[in-house]
Amino acid sequence: MPASRTSYAGREKMALISKGEFVADDWRRLADEEALPENGKIIISLERLDNALKARGANGDIGVIVDNTLEIDKLIPVLAKLGLIAIAFPSFADGRGFSLARLVRRAGYRGELRASGRLLADQYAHALGCGFDTVEIPDDLAQRQNETQWRSASKTHQRTYQRGYLSSGSILDARRKAMQ
Amino acid sequence: MSLNNTNTLSRINSPKTTYQYDEFDKDFIRERVAEFREQVRRRLEGSLTEEEFRPFRLMNGLYLQLHAYMLRVAIPYGTLTSQQMRRLAEIADRWDKGYGHFTTRQNLQYNWPRLIDTPDILEALAEVDMHAIQTSGNCIRNVTADHFAGVAADEIEDPRPTAEFLRQWSSAHPEFSFLPRKFKIAITGATHDRAATLAHDIGLRLVKNASGEIGYCVIIGGGLGRSPFIGKIIREFVPRSALLAYLEAIMRVYNRYGRRDNKYKARIKILVHEKGIETIRAAVEKEFAAMDHTAFQQDPQEFERVAASFTPPPYEILPSESSKLAKARVETPAFNDFVSVNVSEHKIAGYAIVTVSLKPINGIPGDATSHQMCVLADACDRFGFGELRVSHEQNIILPHVKKDDLFALWQTLDAADLATANAGLVSDIISCPGLDYCSLATARSIPIAQAISQRFSDMARQRRIGKLGIKISGCINACGHHHIGAIGVLGLEKKGQESYQITLGGDPGFSASIGEILGPGVSADQVPEVIEHLVDFYLAERHETEAFIDTWRRLGHARFKDVLRREGEDGADI
Repeated sequence: MPASRTSYAGREKMALISKGEFVADDWRRLADEEALPENGKIIISLERLDNALKARGANGDIGVIVDNTLEIDKLIPVLAKLGLIAIAFPSFADGRGFSLARLVRRAGYRGELRASGRLLADQYAHALGCGFDTVEIPDDLAQRQNETQWRSASKTHQRTYQRGYLSSGSILDARRKAMQ
Repeated sequence: MSLNNTNTLSRINSPKTTYQYDEFDKDFIRERVAEFREQVRRRLEGSLTEEEFRPFRLMNGLYLQLHAYMLRVAIPYGTLTSQQMRRLAEIADRWDKGYGHFTTRQNLQYNWPRLIDTPDILEALAEVDMHAIQTSGNCIRNVTADHFAGVAADEIEDPRPTAEFLRQWSSAHPEFSFLPRKFKIAITGATHDRAATLAHDIGLRLVKNASGEIGYCVIIGGGLGRSPFIGKIIREFVPRSALLAYLEAIMRVYNRYGRRDNKYKARIKILVHEKGIETIRAAVEKEFAAMDHTAFQQDPQEFERVAASFTPPPYEILPSESSKLAKARVETPAFNDFVSVNVSEHKIAGYAIVTVSLKPINGIPGDATSHQMCVLADACDRFGFGELRVSHEQNIILPHVKKDDLFALWQTLDAADLATANAGLVSDIISCPGLDYCSLATARSIPIAQAISQRFSDMARQRRIGKLGIKISGCINACGHHHIGAIGVLGLEKKGQESYQITLGGDPGFSASIGEILGPGVSADQVPEVIEHLVDFYLAERHETEAFIDTWRRLGHARFKDVLRREGEDGADI
């Protein structure tokens, strides 16, 4: 059984995948009406971020969840203070989050980058390639697409044609190496 | 399960005139086949719902059509070896009904595969360096190119190395595989546009700048479908070293800002139309400037590696005129007609480009039987350095045939019903599969094409009419390119009846234009008659060798409308 937890306002159970495994989540998603706890790793909405950072300081225990339509400029001033950025995937067919992840990484963010939504195991390689570390999916999906499927999905794209994406390497680089 | 007799069938000394897959390319497509085999298994066991499975089967070319699945195989930049053509024939025999359908986007469609067989079919394709990757779905589709690439007399540079370079870059892209909508790229290297670059999401034209450097004129936002648009130039000159970076910038802007609220407004043409080309250009340039370009530093060397595969075949030094050809033309009138219509100028003296029409009178446009595919494979081994092309007009090209061999080739083709001398003529009709196969269609297309070609079955009359493109789509999605046909026919459904809207003045070339509607729709059996009236009017009015589109532009749309009105008063029910 996947490790699951009560998420955002307790509406939906989520499973967390990291390095091809279902793992326990040490972050807690705070509902908007929930008061800010004094400590502990929490994920909050962008609207609450300034206040939370002021109240608790930037100790890497604050993460933010953003829409995939966010303009990266809004995040740049606080990037270094964040311990986690979660990008919402409203549906698996909506690929905007992949481009936003690339922009977040390009802006220099080095912390945990999480894809949150109904992402399919078949998209794991895309997510990793665009710079995500972890994927969080609803429990019902995790029941159908179990840990075995995610683990094997992390290996289905051994090499990509594109350079500059994070994966086990580009075909171009492998070619150059083979030619030497 | 695999087919393995192809290598022995194929001519061993066939020169390598197109891209040669290396082990990395082969591994890549084998990995994709294995992935899809697993996805089919997971679909059948229930790990993937049909909705979840859909984008992955589409990205592997598998559609669910009206009666069955349809598998669309990519023929990148329209180039095919004899060995690959034989494999297509073998697949048609083994897993389908013994034929295939060549499409307007340089793909081949099988209309009757079973889901469970598809991974085996993909594996059989992979064995000959072929695939069905990204022939469908909301991703960057199979890149198309001028079918005369590398042999045309009017070429700045062969566009196929660029097309292959783009095929690799766009395959299984981590960032751009879940776009708002499909994304089509076409490229031409010639001074005549045979690739319809103005009717694609991105059109690329090879150009030379003032200092003689070769680069690309980049066009975006063209497209047909229910809202047709002619593409707009976003940048006049992108140097080759920056091409992939520039395209990545366009894709990122589109992926982020393309509409996702309405699938009919999700193509980049709508984004360009709604925001304006200046806004999009500014956004792309901003992204291009902000990008990390180090990932692209190896591009020029990689391009050279790809381009080195496209070596010209070992042409002989020949006189430009062939007395053998001249003699055969005098002796055999039918061959003479074929040469006049289906043979084009080659850049090398003594050689010719041969178009094999897949539009026999009363036939299904673009269909070829497995026997015909094998005949074409054998013919190009014997007469054409083992290379074939597929054109967006749904015909097959033998790009390098010695003029001395034309008669022998014609005899071979004629014996297999492949010598219809109508390339570019009024019966060389582009048509989508329509309601006979397609679940999107609102009307039949194929029977309309057949009826028109019947009406003009007198070949002498066709030659007198000259080049005239008729294009038929069975619904507003416009797969039959009716918007850019000199005469376009669009099949709609009105109150349970098929109704055909006719448009005039479409042009796929550099002077691209969208056709204008002639009047109210007509019924299926009226279409040939209406077209005949229009053609007769054109013949009466044209100046010497003036093309239909030029006569239409000179006289104006209203004059053509009048023809129909007058004919209607004469008793025809139009």
